[in-house]
Amino acid sequence: MREQPVPGRVGFFTDTSICIGCKACEVACKEWNAVPQGGLDFTGMSYDNTAGLGADTWRHVAFIEQRRPLGHQEPGVGDMDFRWLMASDVCKHCTHAACLDVCPTGSLFRTEYGTVVVQEDVCNGCGYCVPACPFGVIGKRESSGVAAKCTMCYDRLGAGQEPACAKTCPTDSIQFGDLDELRERAQRRLEQVREAGATSARLYGHDPGDGVGGTGAFFLLLDEPEVYGLPPDPVVTTRDLPSMWRHVGVAALGLLAGMAAVAWRRR
Amino acid sequence: MDFAWPLLRQLTGGDRSGRGSAVKSARTAGLRARTAEADRVVKSVCPYCAVGCAQNVYVREGKVVQIEGDPDSPISRGRLCPKGAATLQLTTASERGDRALYRPPGAADWQEIDLATAMDMIADRIIATRRDTWEWDRDGMRVARTLGIASLGGATLDNEENYLIKKLLTALGVVQIENQARVCHSSTVVGLGTSFGRGGATTFLQDLQHSDCVVIQGSNFAEAHPVGFQWVMEAKARGAVIIHVDPRFTRTSALADLHVPIRAGSDVAFLGAIINHVLDNDLYFHDYVVAYTNAADILRQDYRDAEDLDGLFSGFNQESRLYDDETWQYEGAQIAPASGARDVDYARRVGHLPPGRVEVLGGTGLPLEGTPERDETLRHPRCVMQVLRRHFARYTPEMVERVCGVPRHLFEQVCRHLTENSGPDKTAEFVYAVGWTQHSDGSQFIRAASILQLLLGNIGRPGGGIQALRGHASIQGSSDVPTLFNLLPGYIPMPHAHENERLRDFLHADAPNKGCWAHMPAYMVSLLKAWWGESARADNDYRFGYLPRLTGSHSTYDTVLAQLDGTCKGYLLLGENPAVGSANTKMQRLGMAALDWLVVRDLNLIESATWWKDGPEIETGELRTADIATEVFFLPAACHTEKSGSFTNTNRLLQWHHQAVEPAGDARSDLWFMYHLGRIIREKLAGSRDPMDAPVLELTWDYPVEGELAEPSSEAVLAEINGWDEHGPLSGAGELKDDGSTVCGCWIYCGVYADGVNRAARRRQGSEQDWIAAEWGWAWPANRRLLYNRASARPDGSPWSERKKLVWWDADASVWTGYDVPDFEAGKSPSYRPPPDATGTAALSGTDPFIMQADGKGWLFAPSGVVDGPLPTHYEPQDSPVANPLYGQQRNPARKLYPHEHNRYQPSGDEPGASVYPYAVTTYRLTEHFTAGGMSRRTPYLAELQPEMFCEVSPALAAERGLVHGDWATIITARNAIEARVMVTDRIPSLRLDGRVLHQIGLPFHFGPNGLATGDAANELAAISLDPNSHIQEVKALSADIRPGRRPRGPALPELVRAYRRRAGVDERTGTEV
Repeated sequence: MREQPVPGRVGFFTDTSICIGCKACEVACKEWNAVPQGGLDFTGMSYDNTAGLGADTWRHVAFIEQRRPLGHQEPGVGDMDFRWLMASDVCKHCTHAACLDVCPTGSLFRTEYGTVVVQEDVCNGCGYCVPACPFGVIGKRESSGVAAKCTMCYDRLGAGQEPACAKTCPTDSIQFGDLDELRERAQRRLEQVREAGATSARLYGHDPGDGVGGTGAFFLLLDEPEVYGLPPDPVVTTRDLPSMWRHVGVAALGLLAGMAAVAWRRR
Repeated sequence: MDFAWPLLRQLTGGDRSGRGSAVKSARTAGLRARTAEADRVVKSVCPYCAVGCAQNVYVREGKVVQIEGDPDSPISRGRLCPKGAATLQLTTASERGDRALYRPPGAADWQEIDLATAMDMIADRIIATRRDTWEWDRDGMRVARTLGIASLGGATLDNEENYLIKKLLTALGVVQIENQARVCHSSTVVGLGTSFGRGGATTFLQDLQHSDCVVIQGSNFAEAHPVGFQWVMEAKARGAVIIHVDPRFTRTSALADLHVPIRAGSDVAFLGAIINHVLDNDLYFHDYVVAYTNAADILRQDYRDAEDLDGLFSGFNQESRLYDDETWQYEGAQIAPASGARDVDYARRVGHLPPGRVEVLGGTGLPLEGTPERDETLRHPRCVMQVLRRHFARYTPEMVERVCGVPRHLFEQVCRHLTENSGPDKTAEFVYAVGWTQHSDGSQFIRAASILQLLLGNIGRPGGGIQALRGHASIQGSSDVPTLFNLLPGYIPMPHAHENERLRDFLHADAPNKGCWAHMPAYMVSLLKAWWGESARADNDYRFGYLPRLTGSHSTYDTVLAQLDGTCKGYLLLGENPAVGSANTKMQRLGMAALDWLVVRDLNLIESATWWKDGPEIETGELRTADIATEVFFLPAACHTEKSGSFTNTNRLLQWHHQAVEPAGDARSDLWFMYHLGRIIREKLAGSRDPMDAPVLELTWDYPVEGELAEPSSEAVLAEINGWDEHGPLSGAGELKDDGSTVCGCWIYCGVYADGVNRAARRRQGSEQDWIAAEWGWAWPANRRLLYNRASARPDGSPWSERKKLVWWDADASVWTGYDVPDFEAGKSPSYRPPPDATGTAALSGTDPFIMQADGKGWLFAPSGVVDGPLPTHYEPQDSPVANPLYGQQRNPARKLYPHEHNRYQPSGDEPGASVYPYAVTTYRLTEHFTAGGMSRRTPYLAELQPEMFCEVSPALAAERGLVHGDWATIITARNAIEARVMVTDRIPSLRLDGRVLHQIGLPFHFGPNGLATGDAANELAAISLDPNSHIQEVKALSADIRPGRRPRGPALPELVRAYRRRAGVDERTGTEV
């Protein structure tokens, strides 16, 4: 059974063209949600030392150093083109969320705001959701043994407050609000950014027709999604479940019919 | 019907798929935001940088449960950077200690100590050291002081705390009072102060949105002040051009339209060339320049420029390495500066020479008055405009390529953007930070930008100005209410020792007759009344004699030398970590190891508190814990949520933060510490007839205390800073009198407590106000937000353009009006011309916008106040891989050097041995950390974002030296060697200059051995070589070698440094030439 989008659904629009890579979103998220520190490793991946989304990193800022031009920017770095892209990634809160589909306990659920949230007290740590996520967002926390990811600050939404990351973002790169309104805003912004010469700019996750039915957290990217470590064409991993079940049903019927035929013959 | 079982809910409710409400657990349903459940919300201000973001502190059951941005703030609009977002962890969950600790001489470890006992012991030590080291006279002149005690720190503290530190220690005769402002922005006070009259940023952050072109140079705005950077993004969204000039491509460059890579330390050449371009092509704002600057003033015949003397100006004494600025004066007038070195002309002004200062060739007491000769056609060969043209003529685009490594096409783009976006209808703004200040001629970097902005007519106008980004919550405040050796509150100079000096001599020498500073007698007497109350009377010079006297420099670096030579025996560290944050950190630690006693007050055990047991010199064997006789006290400090007080942000805005909770354990505010320390000392000295104790015993020290901890009332201290007379609180500095009838602790803050209302605590929602937001907090002076705003109107008082109007003359009402508080006498008509005998502000005409200046003009040329030259001149850094292409003079001739076994300088340019240290090094901040790390490296959420010290090198340098990305490298100077993880990146480009390739190395300066995020401190490498104006250290440009691999351990480390020195031929004379 496919879910229908929740009316009045809220979401994030992350405009990476104005991200300054300060990581305030990572910290504000951890402060609000008491997410544990994720380790003290120098990765050498530009200024990214938290490496990616996971159980202990619910907002993650990617840093990409490229020998490519950015719009009309004159980088002055030697004779080459250069740009430094930064983008804050987060759970996509998919319209069709595989994590939710595969969760056997009802720990993952669709909230009244259209977001997807893990319920720690229900999760049994089976981990099915981890490989199910087409974006690699969700992880199992070692200390507690249960799955963890962005809740879009479910508790704050209940109090009429915006999520901690969007609230703190110094340049408003992370915007929170009514998803339809955000999509319109993003379209307008995309046009501006393209006019400013960033012809490779694009929206990512805004399209309800994509493989996950559109995401509740979508992005304005300045390059291909792969550059940011995002799948170019994400598909809900449970997409084929209904047809699989149909095939299973047909096969089962066939098997039954065969068994019946054999039994009939033996008689 | 609600069933407890999810399955039943699924079958009976609307959620048949069992993925929504049916599976919601009771815990989930019961979740409430802790912000919504809080008992109270306390209004506060972020304790990190000086943007001054407002915070809401949520308290429940006596505990802080959440801290986040306050959306009402017109500055931050509810946003916080990662550090601000981590303040909950900083204040409640980092490794803060809350016990007082004591380390006896020679002991291997700490022991706990009762707080009251520790306070008593510290008071005893201060009293004893003071007695042992007291000096009544030095070279026959009264000094009445002790050099045996020093303090460092204040920029992270409240204004009220700074006030008590300065007041108590000064009364005790301590002159070595310093704070982070010395090592961060002291050059700003000189550069902006001498140019415009006040040493603070000329504008405010929100006004950036009105700029048409923002040039960020010497600052990594987006990284060091992320929330302030939102206003750059606003400007960009409105079509402004954003330019970033920096050795590295940073997170600021990533958002700019144009990034100009520049060799670290070559900014004067770059700015000088823009000035030359503007003059050469007549692109300056003619009407503005003629009316509002000193371009038309004519200089004396005997003035010689750097152009004539190959990099020197007239008046230089090769022996003393000091300038006599007499020849820099205007023809027909002797003028005193509003800032900078105000005492150098003392002799000339009072008519005699102090002993020991014969090098300052004395005149015969020229009067301060006199009217400079002017040629408003700007054609006179000796007028400032012509002198400027000649001085900057050699600063050509070719020279920019050779000196700065900036290709011509990039330089020309900057010129084009800047000049196209300046004029009556447009404005451009410069933004800088410590990338400009921390040089051996740092004050001149800021002077260069000031000249350029005056020529372009960008000062005092919306979207224009010079924005100095300061980096501690109250570093502006700790300059205003100064914990600085050379200043009294409100930038009144601290008196130097002079023979038989009376108050009137001091005022005569240091106060000009014209401009606002002519009222200095009122400011000074009111200050003395604030400190010594009833005891300060006209017949005793208002106790002017109680102020200890300076003899030369007593900056924090002089203090380190004084510690090493045994003069300074006791040291108070108040929220500063010099073992990581100051230049030549080894010298800092060795200095502390020579002390009798050390008091460290901080949130946690910083490197400056633990060097005696685990510092780098213990590892190398240069120090042995058992041999270190220093007694060390560690007293845990209260953080911003645990006390009330005001911070002054980077735009002179005072904002009050309210106490949310009581500090835990022995943690106390610095207000508590200073107040009770003073109380205990006064109790111990009670009844003393020793004249050295009179200033302490007669000090006004009766602040009301509150609560169980006996916390002094910070509002009572603010009231004293504001001042009062017999009728109650004063409402502005204009009410101050020189007859002893007014009391005022800091004249520029007079008005913050007008009518008994704490205006720093005003919080009218930003969205209800215009962009000036005059009812949010209180800015000095007189709540003006954009300084010198008289210049936003034409000489006749009408706006230069509709688009850039700010304040204007309302002829019908005969009053200045507009959006901001006019920075001008409200009723002074544009047609006002002073009578010949006028003094004070009345001596300035209706067209003089720079009211603090004795001539009312913006100073293109500084006839006084800047000790290393009236015009900025490119000199190479103390240690530079480049020979100065502009002049024969390699380095700033007047720079201050401190040759010492541990502070050796390196050969430069073409000198033999210079190639041993072939690379340029620059140091900087990262968004994720704060200064010397005391407030970030122990905060887990910040530590994980940048966990380790690293160095940034270009792929070309990596190839040249065999450095491997992610591996280790060792960086070596003549002072020390450090190791760092290697980050190979295009973001630190190698430069082409003068036919060679120059590689640069980038080093973040936050790291140290203690805490969670660790590494060697970049400042181990830096030398103590200082700007002679500001005594700031040169850490933004030096030279070094780099090689692959980790540094040696143990004694092999100093041996490596010595081996390099030998190879380069370094001895005690290297680099010390004029």
